[in-house]
Amino acid sequence: MTDSLTGPAPSGFPSDTDLSDDVLVRVDNLVKHFPVKGNGMLGRTVSQVQAVDGVSLTVRRGKTLGLVGETGCGKSTLARCIAGLIPVTSGKVYFEGQDITNLKRGTMRPFRREIQMIFQDPYGALNPRRRVGSIIGDPFAVHNTATGAERKRAVQDLMARVGLNPEHYNRFPAEFSGGQRQRIGVARALALRPKLIICDEPVSALDVSIQAQVLNLLADLQDDFGLSYLFIAHDLEVVRHVSDSVTVMYLGRVAESGPGDQVYDHPRHPYSAALLSAAPAADPDAAAARQRIILTGDVPSPINPPPGCRFHPRCPKAQDLCGTAEPALEAKAGDPATHLTACHFPVETGEILARADRREQR
Amino acid sequence: MNMVRFLIRRIITGILVLWLVATGTFFLFFAAIPVQSVARNLAGRAASPAVINQVITYYGLNKPLIVQYGHFLDKLVRGNLGQSFLTQEAVTTIIKQDLPPTISVVIGGVLLWLIVGLAVGILSATRARSLFDRFATVGVLAGVSAPTFVVGELLIIFVFVQLNDAGISFIQTGYAPITSGVVPWLGSMILPWVTLAIVQAAVYTRLSRGSLLDTLGEDYIRTARSKGLTERRVLYRHAVRSAMTPVVSQLGIDVGALLGGVLVVEQVFSLHGLGYQIVNAIPSGDQPVVIGLVLLAAAFVVAANIIVDMSYALLDPRVRIS
Amino acid sequence: MSVTELQFQAAAVGDAPVAAIQGRSQWQLTWRRLRSDKVAIASVGVIILMIAFALAAPLIAAITGHPVDQAYPTTGQNSFGNPVGPGVHGFLLGTDQIGRDLLVRIAYGARISLFVGLLTTALATIAGVTLGLVAGYFGGVVDAILARFFDAALAFPFIILALALASVFRPSLTIVIGVISFFSWAGISRIVRGQTLSLKEKEYIEAAKSLGAGPMRIMFIDILPNLLGPVLVLATLYIPTAVTFEATLSFLGIGIPEPAPSWGNILSEAQQFYQVAWWYIVFPALALLITTLAFNLLGDGIRDAIDPRTERIFAGSKATRKRGRRKRGQLSLDQAILVGQQDGQVTDLPITNAGGDVTS
Repeated sequence: MTDSLTGPAPSGFPSDTDLSDDVLVRVDNLVKHFPVKGNGMLGRTVSQVQAVDGVSLTVRRGKTLGLVGETGCGKSTLARCIAGLIPVTSGKVYFEGQDITNLKRGTMRPFRREIQMIFQDPYGALNPRRRVGSIIGDPFAVHNTATGAERKRAVQDLMARVGLNPEHYNRFPAEFSGGQRQRIGVARALALRPKLIICDEPVSALDVSIQAQVLNLLADLQDDFGLSYLFIAHDLEVVRHVSDSVTVMYLGRVAESGPGDQVYDHPRHPYSAALLSAAPAADPDAAAARQRIILTGDVPSPINPPPGCRFHPRCPKAQDLCGTAEPALEAKAGDPATHLTACHFPVETGEILARADRREQR
Repeated sequence: MNMVRFLIRRIITGILVLWLVATGTFFLFFAAIPVQSVARNLAGRAASPAVINQVITYYGLNKPLIVQYGHFLDKLVRGNLGQSFLTQEAVTTIIKQDLPPTISVVIGGVLLWLIVGLAVGILSATRARSLFDRFATVGVLAGVSAPTFVVGELLIIFVFVQLNDAGISFIQTGYAPITSGVVPWLGSMILPWVTLAIVQAAVYTRLSRGSLLDTLGEDYIRTARSKGLTERRVLYRHAVRSAMTPVVSQLGIDVGALLGGVLVVEQVFSLHGLGYQIVNAIPSGDQPVVIGLVLLAAAFVVAANIIVDMSYALLDPRVRIS
Repeated sequence: MSVTELQFQAAAVGDAPVAAIQGRSQWQLTWRRLRSDKVAIASVGVIILMIAFALAAPLIAAITGHPVDQAYPTTGQNSFGNPVGPGVHGFLLGTDQIGRDLLVRIAYGARISLFVGLLTTALATIAGVTLGLVAGYFGGVVDAILARFFDAALAFPFIILALALASVFRPSLTIVIGVISFFSWAGISRIVRGQTLSLKEKEYIEAAKSLGAGPMRIMFIDILPNLLGPVLVLATLYIPTAVTFEATLSFLGIGIPEPAPSWGNILSEAQQFYQVAWWYIVFPALALLITTLAFNLLGDGIRDAIDPRTERIFAGSKATRKRGRRKRGQLSLDQAILVGQQDGQVTDLPITNAGGDVTS
């Protein structure tokens, strides 16, 4: 396997992997800044929110890439850049080798059949004034692929697929529960048999018991239709369950990425380690044995990110170098080439991150 | 400091608007119709061709449009609004003469409707769903539906005529200037004030009632109460002040309505004010008067809006900061 | 019920085709609430009667035998040359100063008033909704320009425009319709723009974009249905404003030109005769009042049917009174069933300027 799985390739030149059937989406050094304007309508731009600041990743066909990070790290923004919903400041997005960055609406249209999204809020993602059948049938209408009775049949078929009663075709979203609404969203995303579905925290707003159902549904659909997922979440256990590979983001940059098992069992970046230590473990003994790593300090704002490594103000292992030089995203000694970390002093295997105020979990 | 900048910005916008209005007026009266028609309008519909030609030369109507526009603006800035065709008086003189009745009606009417509207609104809100409230809301609904001139005419029939027939001549139609005594002045003003106010008071009652009810439900009022403040203090120092903002913004919108109301009221009650003047100037084709009054009205609206904006900024500090 | 009966029913149910179950839409609920609102129903009744009255004007002229423009100086005027009162010489509502049948004139006046009111509101609504949608959806420069335009149009004293126009051109029906439509659309635009601005941030709009839907589709299929409620209320409340505006313009002599009767110009003539012919003022005034009151009540009723949280002015039936007593934060029964009907509720509608006469 080549090592350009998640690493940056020279822009403009599709790498070998693009030409292989493996890679579906490649994001190359994506940057998205939002200008903060001064007073009034014609205010000058006073600063930039650096929501995404140089992220590269790859989604492979038929696989799931999990994207994790805390609120404000830029993962949702990144997702929308990939989906073409917001314009990209710099960097590239490739779909099946083709450059789809900042395409005009007309040229982007055919790609929209292949890239779909599922949203976080089951209550906001469906138009309350439209019937469910109409909502799910929207893709067919927009792309003129099916009309009339044929469309209705296709929609009902989709509904059955995702576990909804096709008889409820004429109902309004308000008459469904949260979990069911997410299923409607899934049905809508599935309508045109896309290749990639970007799931933006699809289960965060659901009860835990429902989460499992929806996740299972997504897994089944992946098998049945050969879908690829970009799965965004902040809950690590959820991501672990569904992802083949994982990328951890912090404040607009990639902190660590690699195959799921690698990252979970041997986190190299102190941030990933801290996240993992905070996730509740099902086994009480394991939980007791685990040392909680408490991060101190405020979460810095994306308008004024810290120099050097963005995590250094909160990092238990930070040293002078971390405040000046930005660490490169590379494989550290002893790791497989696919496991990349951006850290000057990565966590060693077995190392316990020491801090004066470290507490033990009981 | 912020207030001054705010004021200056508003004034500049206001001048811009006035300039736009003046340009629009010029275009409408001088440029949109052929020269002959303009001249005829200015000279009077029945003027002879000789007079019309005189008018054309006098006003320079056959000069290029830009030049005419320049003259127009030039005279405007100097305060020269031309002369009435009918009486040959300067339009500015006419305006000065007709100002007192109009001002009396406007100020009295606005005050009346604000006071009544707010009072009833506040009382209704504080006694929500009481008998008072119910009566008030029914009255409001009736008031809200009635056009001003209808109210005026009905008042004449049911109040003025009845009183006069009974020998009480306090209330009169026509304008009695305040110089001839406060009582006659009041007598001539009461019905016009009530007419203007009935309709508007209704709107303001509903508005202030709704706004106050919303405000009273807010958490910070609950906090004020829990601090131990008397209900009255809570009401007047905290609640009413916030509740007034929609009222003030509605006032801004209503400035235009006021103009219409004034026109109507002056017609109905035979008050020879500016409104009366303009309505009569139209069928007689007295263009200079019409133009002058149109511009005056626009200036009034702009000025009133600035005042309203300032009050809004005073009431709501957030407006100042943005 | 016999066993065979039960079996038959079971079989019937089993054989029934899989049909789609109808959901209860927001509109159906609104309709049900409206139907139980006695005041609103009464208003609709009055409006229908008034429309019938207007349509029947030629019929009324035929029945009374008095054409609308026909003056009857002998039977229609008394010895002083003044109008005769109601019931005299077959004039059901009396006559005007040249002896024309007042009833017939009022009926024809109804035609003009209702026609102008409905047409201008329709025009204003179409224009207003479209422009508001465009301004709200596209944002940016387009919105900046359009929004300024709306504000200017709202603050503009239209009476001045009407005066100016009437001064330059002769007063006519076209001018009346033009001015009134022009004055009404800005208010609708502003509301629609506001609602659109907030609606376009919703996730389902993002979803539509991610599907590849274009702006037209999103505006008219996704956003517009969420606007219909407020727009309907607004339009209904604008009708009486338009009617009143027309009446006022005619009253001032710059509206519908004589001899065509309009409630406004009838009342304008009637002014001078207040001492001798009370009917000349009272009957047209009543017609105007009834019409505007009915539309206002209906608008209120619709607003309430759409959003039952509003405090009712007339707590008509017991059911509505109970609803009115609901504490803050509690959901009505319907709302409890349909959780999440947050979107599309009628929020802050401005109180459209009543007495409407010449609102700016």
